[in-house]
Amino acid sequence: MARAASPRRRLLTTLAAWGVALVIFFPVLWMILTSFKTEASAVAMPPQFLSADWTTENYVEVWQRSDYPRFFWNSVVISVGSTLLGLAIAIPAAWSMAFVPGKRTKDLLMWMLSTKMMPAVAVLIPLYLVFQRIGLFDTKIGLILALMLMNLPIIIWMLYTYFKEIPGEILEAARMDGASLWNEIVYVLTPMALPGIASTMLLNIILAWNEAFWTITLTTTKAAPLSAFIASFSAPQGLFYAKLSAASAMAILPILILGWFSQKQLVRGLTFGAVK
Amino acid sequence: MGKIQLTQVRKSFGEVDVIPGIDLDIEDGEFVVFVGPSGCGKSTLLRLIAGLEDTTSGTIAIDGKDATNLPPAKRGLAMVFQSYALYPHMTVRKNIAFPLKMAGMSETEQAARVERAAKVLNLTSYLDRRPGQLSGGQRQRVAIGRAIVREPSAFLFDEPLSNLDAALRVGMRQEITELHQSLKTTMIYVTHDQVEAMTMADKIVVLNAGRVEQVGSPLDLYHHPRNLFVAGFIGSPKMNFLEGAKAAQHGASTVGIRPEHIDIVEGGPWQGSVGLTEHLGSDTFLKVTLDTGEVVNVRANGEVGLHHGDRIALAPQAAKIHRFDADGKALA
Repeated sequence: MARAASPRRRLLTTLAAWGVALVIFFPVLWMILTSFKTEASAVAMPPQFLSADWTTENYVEVWQRSDYPRFFWNSVVISVGSTLLGLAIAIPAAWSMAFVPGKRTKDLLMWMLSTKMMPAVAVLIPLYLVFQRIGLFDTKIGLILALMLMNLPIIIWMLYTYFKEIPGEILEAARMDGASLWNEIVYVLTPMALPGIASTMLLNIILAWNEAFWTITLTTTKAAPLSAFIASFSAPQGLFYAKLSAASAMAILPILILGWFSQKQLVRGLTFGAVK
Repeated sequence: MGKIQLTQVRKSFGEVDVIPGIDLDIEDGEFVVFVGPSGCGKSTLLRLIAGLEDTTSGTIAIDGKDATNLPPAKRGLAMVFQSYALYPHMTVRKNIAFPLKMAGMSETEQAARVERAAKVLNLTSYLDRRPGQLSGGQRQRVAIGRAIVREPSAFLFDEPLSNLDAALRVGMRQEITELHQSLKTTMIYVTHDQVEAMTMADKIVVLNAGRVEQVGSPLDLYHHPRNLFVAGFIGSPKMNFLEGAKAAQHGASTVGIRPEHIDIVEGGPWQGSVGLTEHLGSDTFLKVTLDTGEVVNVRANGEVGLHHGDRIALAPQAAKIHRFDADGKALA
């Protein structure tokens, strides 16, 4: 329902929103500023805001010193791969929970969500050892599997809420029209849920892209994605804030662009289908 | 062919018996209407026949073959849903062609059949639109189109007209009846509207609380209701029921008389005063409060000059009085 807000009230809420947004965005902003400073400027006290010595040297050096394209490619393969694999498992799972729920479906959904509450460190050692033992350590396929499992509960939950909004009669109509289960999912359910599936996909690519804990601990060089690329700049020689910032900026840039162009889809995705 | 036989079909959801056991024969080419108040199990019964629900026990045979455990797609039936259930992301053409595509029919054959169905249903100029761009009546036609292209052995309609406005409903009702006459395919039609049942059916199945109360032709049910429920449900406006002395006079515990079978006669046996009057032009419906306390509805001709508070004398047509015993069963 529309409420008539007084201009004063509107001004205040707008200012508050800008304030909060700025606080959230500030670290990223600071990182980008720092990436253009000289190392001396970057660590200067008090912090230099406008009076710093500006340079693009950091980017050049980061690019020359490391194999950015390889890290980038690993990130793409791992985030997209884990998301697609997750969707392939989650679509049938969410279908069955949304349209043929059993007595325990709700409990099952809660249980899946509860696995997200487990601290990742708790399974670090077992998973690390398992990965080493079966040869998944420092492989892209290993990371795809790990991240897919990590995000699967979220993918299933999101798809479940989207599928719940599709009237069951339409799927029944498809069944009456002679569609097999596979055809029902491919020709009717998936196209109808496409906006929801797209949001889910985007959000999970971002989650997988930004994941640092597993991607750093389960890789060394071959499969290392951009998170490991950033970490490699907090090197033994000590911290080089400007270069670290430049590396970080290069790591988040692709996903920032993706997020920028898919804002609308993402907001829909994050509200879990509540907004129609 | 479309002969459907239900034998002791039972359906329960958990502890609740929705349908405690139904026997029913539907002949090939018949237009059968399941009618009853909401919650009587008529839609469930239709869904059992469709295969969208599993029967708890009993058998459903289609054309003599046991279909009880066949999936919906294998039963050769087509269904039109209350919500139309069109595929919103497909054009009308693709909607109608969908069952053909699922059956693996060639593209040219699909196109030919879709064109033919669209012609019958006046949809030719809408074939490239999406369902969202159509009116309610047009969507209904698309749903019917999708059902007829595959030439099923029977059509199932689940309250298909209840989302349409009154004027459109009458038109679609006639279209469906005409469709039945031209296709001569078995149709099972579920509705809660007894007018739809009376006007469309060859055979009406009156359901109440999951049980079949009576099966018969519309006029059969109108003239010879087997019990109070059917008597009250079929006919509009409703049959008047009278108990006490007026019933005892005819040796029954309840008597029923339809509004159209009560005459306004000077010196008639029932005296009373006119309450509400409804002038429809062709007819006038009067609500008359008898001096003995009962209220009866009377259907008079359109020109009758009676108004609220007028004194009136009524005479029921003796041959048209229905008698019921204490259990509500009709007495011969």
